[in-house]
Amino acid sequence: MQDLNKIIQSLHPLERSVLPFLKNGIDLQTLVLNSKLKEVEVMRALQWFENKHVLKIDSKVSEVVELDVNGKKYLSEEGLPERRFLTAVSSSVLPLDAVKKNAELHDDEFNIALGLLRRKAAIIISDDKTVKLTDNGKKLIDREFIEEGFLKKLPLEISKFSPEDKFAYNELKSRKGIIKTIVIKVKTVELTKLGEELSKLKVSSEFIDTLTPEIIKKGVWKSKNFRRYDVSINVPKIHPGKRHFVNEVREHAKRIWLDLGFKEMKGPMVQTSFWNFDALFTAQDHPVRELQDTFFLKNPAKGKLPNKELVERVKKTHENGWTTGSFGWRYSWNPEEAKKNVLRTHTTVLSGRTIAALKESELPAKFFSIAKNFRNEALDWSHLFEFYQFEGIVVDPDANLKHLMGYLKEFFEKLGYDSEKIRFRPAYFPYTEPSMEVEYYHPVKKQWVEVCGSGIFRPEMVKPLLGKDVPVLAWGGGFERSVAEYFRITDIRDLYKNDLKQLREMKLWLK
Amino acid sequence: MPTVTINRKVFEKVVGRKLPLEKLKERISYLGTGLESVTDDEIVVEVFADRPDMLSEQGFARAFASFIGAKTGLKEYKVNKSSDKVVIDKDMKKVRPYTACAIVRNLKFDDERIREVIQIQEKLHITYGRNRKKVAIGIYPFEKIKTPIRFVALKPEEIKFQPLEFPHVLNGRQILSQHPTGREYAHLLEGYEKYPVFIDANNRVLSMPPIINSHDTGKISGKTKDVFIECSGFDFNALSTCLNIIVTSLADMGGSIYSMELHYPEGKKITPDLRPMEMSLDHNYVNRILGLNLKEAEIVKLLSRMGYGYRNKKILVPAYRADIMHPADLAEDVGIAYGFDNFKPEIPKVATIAEEDPVEMFRNKIAHFLVGFGLVETNNYSLTNKEDLGKNMLVDIEPVELANSLSSEFNVLRSWILPSLLKVLKNNKHNEYPQRIFEIGTVFVKDEKTETNVGEFLRLGVVSCHGKADYTEVKQILDGLFRALDLKYEIIEAEHKSFIGGRVGRVVVKGKKVAYIGEIHPQVLVNFELDMPVAAFELNISELFEILE
Repeated sequence: MQDLNKIIQSLHPLERSVLPFLKNGIDLQTLVLNSKLKEVEVMRALQWFENKHVLKIDSKVSEVVELDVNGKKYLSEEGLPERRFLTAVSSSVLPLDAVKKNAELHDDEFNIALGLLRRKAAIIISDDKTVKLTDNGKKLIDREFIEEGFLKKLPLEISKFSPEDKFAYNELKSRKGIIKTIVIKVKTVELTKLGEELSKLKVSSEFIDTLTPEIIKKGVWKSKNFRRYDVSINVPKIHPGKRHFVNEVREHAKRIWLDLGFKEMKGPMVQTSFWNFDALFTAQDHPVRELQDTFFLKNPAKGKLPNKELVERVKKTHENGWTTGSFGWRYSWNPEEAKKNVLRTHTTVLSGRTIAALKESELPAKFFSIAKNFRNEALDWSHLFEFYQFEGIVVDPDANLKHLMGYLKEFFEKLGYDSEKIRFRPAYFPYTEPSMEVEYYHPVKKQWVEVCGSGIFRPEMVKPLLGKDVPVLAWGGGFERSVAEYFRITDIRDLYKNDLKQLREMKLWLK
Repeated sequence: MPTVTINRKVFEKVVGRKLPLEKLKERISYLGTGLESVTDDEIVVEVFADRPDMLSEQGFARAFASFIGAKTGLKEYKVNKSSDKVVIDKDMKKVRPYTACAIVRNLKFDDERIREVIQIQEKLHITYGRNRKKVAIGIYPFEKIKTPIRFVALKPEEIKFQPLEFPHVLNGRQILSQHPTGREYAHLLEGYEKYPVFIDANNRVLSMPPIINSHDTGKISGKTKDVFIECSGFDFNALSTCLNIIVTSLADMGGSIYSMELHYPEGKKITPDLRPMEMSLDHNYVNRILGLNLKEAEIVKLLSRMGYGYRNKKILVPAYRADIMHPADLAEDVGIAYGFDNFKPEIPKVATIAEEDPVEMFRNKIAHFLVGFGLVETNNYSLTNKEDLGKNMLVDIEPVELANSLSSEFNVLRSWILPSLLKVLKNNKHNEYPQRIFEIGTVFVKDEKTETNVGEFLRLGVVSCHGKADYTEVKQILDGLFRALDLKYEIIEAEHKSFIGGRVGRVVVKGKKVAYIGEIHPQVLVNFELDMPVAAFELNISELFEILE
C-alpha cells in the first residue's frame, strides 16, 4: 500500500488521464481514442508507468490486410465485378457484350468476372456467345461471396485469419488494387500485479503539479499535496559556456609558476633570427636554421637588428668567444643572416630578451612564460606546427644545478607527477651547459619519457646579453603531450580541432 | 638526433666489462645518451650533436668504459711518422680550401668491419659534417693508391672516372646529373667553375669531394689492410677534429695511425694531430655551477672518468672531442661523472615577487566573462591561408606570408579572427545549434614601426550561429562586456564587405575604433558552406587594454 500511495502521488497529469482506461492487453490506439490525448502524450504516460513498474509495454510487428483503392470502391458502391456480372444475367440470357455493357465493366474486370464465374460453374456460355446462369449460379445470386464477406471485415491481421479469410485473401491478393498488406507496429499494455491494483483504485487529481506564483500567493499549497517526481529521471542535456580545455591547463600551469614566485614574460611570435638564434649562441650554420626546421617569413622577410653594442658583442662571441673565455664558433658572423624574420621556434627567445633588458640591481630574478611556438612540420597525429611551451629562467649569482633540479621537481609535482617517477639525466642543447633532460617513468609505456629540456645558459649566451656572466637556470618543455594524455586524446591534432561536441563535453582539468 | 647501432659483442670487448641489463640501460642514460633499444646482439643509442666522437661503436664504448670506471683517463694514441704527401693546389682556395689526411695500417676488414666504417662515415657526414657541407669524408684502399696525392680543381669536363657503384665512366658534370649520390649533393657544387678532385701519383682520380669516390680506387674490400682517409671542407679545425674522430676509432679496431704531410701553398701541415688540448680549470667555478664542494683532486678524478688527462695543473682534452670550447663544458663533464642521479634537488630561499602579465590577466578576465554568456572558447592556429582570410570574406588583404610552409592551407599568418571562427562553424555543421563561440588570439599585420616590420595584436572574435542569429544578440554581448568594463561606447554606421550592408557598425571608444560588429554577408556564409545566419563582432583587446590603462 505504501508503494501504491507513493505511485499515486507521483503520477503526472498525463498518467492520471490514461489510468482509468488501463486494462490488460489494451493497445495504444484504443487508449488514444479513449483518453482523448495525443498519441505522444499517451506514449509518454505509458513509459512513465513502465518506469514505475505499473505495466509493461509490448511492442510487436504485425501484418494487416486492408482495402486498396479498387477494394474501397467495390465495397462502398459498385460491388465486385463478378457480382455485377451475375446481377446482369440474373433475369435473362444475354449476349456477352450486352452483359459487359449492362454491368458497366471494363475489359479487365469483365475478363476476371467471366473466368471466375466459369470456374465456380455459375454460368454457361453457348456457342452463339450468350450467357446463362446454371443452377449453382442462381443460388449465388442471393448468397454472399466469401470474398465479399472478407472485404467487409478489413482491416484484419493476417495472424488472425480464419480458413475462409485465407481462401479469400489468396483469391484477392493477385487482383488489381483490391487489397493491400501493410506492416504496423502494435503496442499493447500488460499490467503488472501493481498495475492491476492501481487500475482498480480511483485516483484523485488533487495534486499540485507545477508550483505557480498563484499557488504560493493564495496559499493553495497548504491544503494540497505535491505530485512526487521520479528524481532519477533522465533529463535532456544542456550545454554550458566553457573555456577551451588547453587554456584551462595553461592557466593552471601559469598559476604554479606564479605560486613559485616567477614573473611572466611576453613577447612577439615573429622574431628576427638575431633573437631567435644568434643571441642564443646558435651558430649560423646550425641545422635548426635551415628551411626544413624553421618557418621563415617571405614578406616582410627581414627585420632590424638591435643596438650596435649588443650586436657587436654577439658577433664577437660567435666569432672568437669575445671576453667569455670561450673559443666561439670560429667563423665569420653575418648580420644579414641575423635579420631574417622567423616564427619563434622556442620561447627561449623571450628568456634571451628578458636577460638583455635586466639590470644587475634586479637580481636575483625569476621569470616564466607559457606561450606559442612554431616548427616547420607537416601536421599529423603526433606533430603540430604550432604548439605551447612552458619556459622558465632563474637569474641568480648563487644559482646552481641542484637548484635547477629543485625548481623543476617542484613544478612537476604540483602539476600532478609523482616525484619518485621523475629523473634528471644529462642531455645536450646548444645554449646550455650543463644540459639536462627531465624524464618521467611512463606507467603504461613502461619507459622513461622526456618532458622538459633544461640547463644553465652558456656564458657565451649570458655575457653578451647581460654584460656579465651570471648563472641562469633555464628550462623549456612542450605541454601538449601531457594535456593529450590527460584528456585521453591520441591524435594530437584533436587538441585544436575545435569540435563543439568535444568542447562541450570535455571533462575538466582536475589536477 | 642520429642513432647509432652498436654491435654488443664489439662493445663489450672494447669496454672490457659486462654489466647486467638494467645497470647497462641506466648507465647509458646517465652518460647523456638516449637509449633506444637493447637486444642480445645490438644496442641502439641516440647520440647528441655535441658528441660526434660517440657516433661509432669504438667511440661510444671508449666513453662508456671510462664512465663506468673500467678504463679511465686520457687514452694515448701513437701517431707514426710517414713521408706520404698530399699536395694542395693553390686553386683550391676558391673551391674547397682545406683537407686533413691520414693513413691507418694493419686493419682487418670483414663485412661487419666495413659496415662499422661506413656507419662512422655516414653519421659524421649527417651531423658534424652538416650533410657534407662543412666536412666531407673519403676513405680509400691504400694498396691501390700511389702517393704523393694531389688535391686539385679541374673543369667538370676534364674529370673522368667510374664513380662508386656505377657501370661506366662519367665526367664531373654527368656525375651530378646521372649518379644518384651526385644528384643528391649536386647543390654543394652549384655555381663553381671547377670541381675538387683527389688524384694520385699515377694520375688516377680517387674521388670528387664532397660527392663521390672512384669505383676503382675508392672502395674498401675484404682484401684491404691499409686505408687513406681525407676530410675536406672550409674549416681546417673542424676537418682536423673529424679526422681525429675517425683515426682513433680505426685505431681502436686495431689499426696503426700514420701521419701525412700536407703541402699547402702557404706551408706544410702534418695531420692527424692527436696531441690533447690543455685547459685550465678553476675548481671554484665548477663547484659554483654544480652546487658541490669538490676538491681539485676529486675533480681531476671525475674528469678522468670522462676520458680527460691531467698534467701540470692543466686538464688534457682528448683530440677527438669536438665540443669543448669553454670551462663550462668541463664543468658539465664533472657533473656527468659525479652522476646526475647523485645530486640532491633543492630550492634556495630566495625572495622574488610573482607577477602575471597584465594583458594576459585582462584577456583571461574577458574570457571568463564571456563564458558566463554561454559562449564556448575555441583555440585556432595562427597559420592560415589567403583564401580564407580574404577571398572567402569578400575583402582584399595583404597578410604576413611565410617563405617555406609545407602546406598551402597554412602559409600566411592570420590578420583577423573571424575567418578562423567561420571555419570552426563550417566544421561543426553536424553538431547541435545554437553555436555561440569565441576566441581571443593574436593577429599579425605588416607594420614598419616594429623591429620585425610585423605588428601583433590580441583580438577577440565572437560569433553566434543558429536559425535566428541576429545583430541584436551579438550587440547584447558587446554591450554586456562594455558595461562590465564600465566603458562608454558608440556604434557608428560602417561599410565592410564581409557583413550585410546596413547591418554593420564600427564600435568607437574614446575616439578609437576598436571593433566591427554586424551580420555576416550571405555570400560569405556560402563561401564557408554555412546555411545558418551568423552574427559576429571582432574587438581589438590590445587597444582596449591601452584605453583602460
